[in-house]
Amino acid sequence: MWRVGTVVALNDETETARTLKLEILEWPGHVAGQHVDVRLTASDGYSAVRSYSIASAPNSKGRVEITVERLPNGEVSPYLTQNVAIGDRLELRGPIGGWFVWRAEQNEPIQLIAGGSGIVPLRAMIRSRISAGGTAPFRLLYSVREPGAVFYRDEVQALSNKDNAVTVTYAYTRATPKDWPRPPGRIDAALITSATWSSNLGPTSYVCGPTSFVERVAGFLASLGNSPGKIRTERFGPTGDRK
Amino acid sequence: MSSFTYDYVDGNAAAGELSRIFATDVTAAEGQCAHCGAIRRFAEAHLYMQGPGVVARCAVCENVLLRLANVRQRVFLDIRGMTYLKLDTSQSLESSR
Repeated sequence: MWRVGTVVALNDETETARTLKLEILEWPGHVAGQHVDVRLTASDGYSAVRSYSIASAPNSKGRVEITVERLPNGEVSPYLTQNVAIGDRLELRGPIGGWFVWRAEQNEPIQLIAGGSGIVPLRAMIRSRISAGGTAPFRLLYSVREPGAVFYRDEVQALSNKDNAVTVTYAYTRATPKDWPRPPGRIDAALITSATWSSNLGPTSYVCGPTSFVERVAGFLASLGNSPGKIRTERFGPTGDRK
Repeated sequence: MSSFTYDYVDGNAAAGELSRIFATDVTAAEGQCAHCGAIRRFAEAHLYMQGPGVVARCAVCENVLLRLANVRQRVFLDIRGMTYLKLDTSQSLESSR
């Protein structure tokens, strides 16, 4: 079932990523981690559907935020990140997915691990925890190309400055801020060991990013003793395209 | 060392298409692979979407679990790669809150 969502706000996260805030009629509500399908139809009837993670916490107002990364040869993402204007209407299907979700009733420690735009559904989980007044211990390990590619920069920064909120660790793969202790590089076993909950605590892990990133990280988590049922993954594919 | 690219996503990506057919969420459903017997959530399947339809393969043995093809107004669904799929009917899609 397709619904109509109206664009009510736009915000650029980076040079290539934009957050769209949508107001959707008769939206049934969502759970953090779910996604929506967006359908664009051309005047000749050709249509393309892409799936985007919801970036916002559940709410009762029918408001949903998605953050879209522009892909060089994308069919849908260039339109959503460059052409869409406030007041435009989009066709949406959702909310979708019941496995890669975090519910406010969960009390166990939560480990979030994002690769690039994989931060989007994890941000919904963090916001959901805050809006529900949750106390489950959260940690976020955020792998990103360079400082300029960080999504929700101020919001994530504010989290890491607060005591007992969400512990944030950045891992830069190509360029780091000045005087950063760790040289640029992919997440490795040592970083996973130091920046994630010990498997003894029985954490649930949510890993989201490109497929190769997710495979690698899930492998490290499993080798550190986390049971496969406690490692939840969402993969974008080789390019980050969600199709 | 040759480079290796992954060309699959995961079962989550098929959820929108499958929501046209199933009244409950399929990603959290547990299914058993008819080939190797592994029991996994559908979200964990490896999903290939480059073709005209969707192919889901077992994350353990890569056996084909599900094929879905859209042909005009008809959907072809082949799920013989699973011995069963256990759906939670208390979580209907329209009231997923």
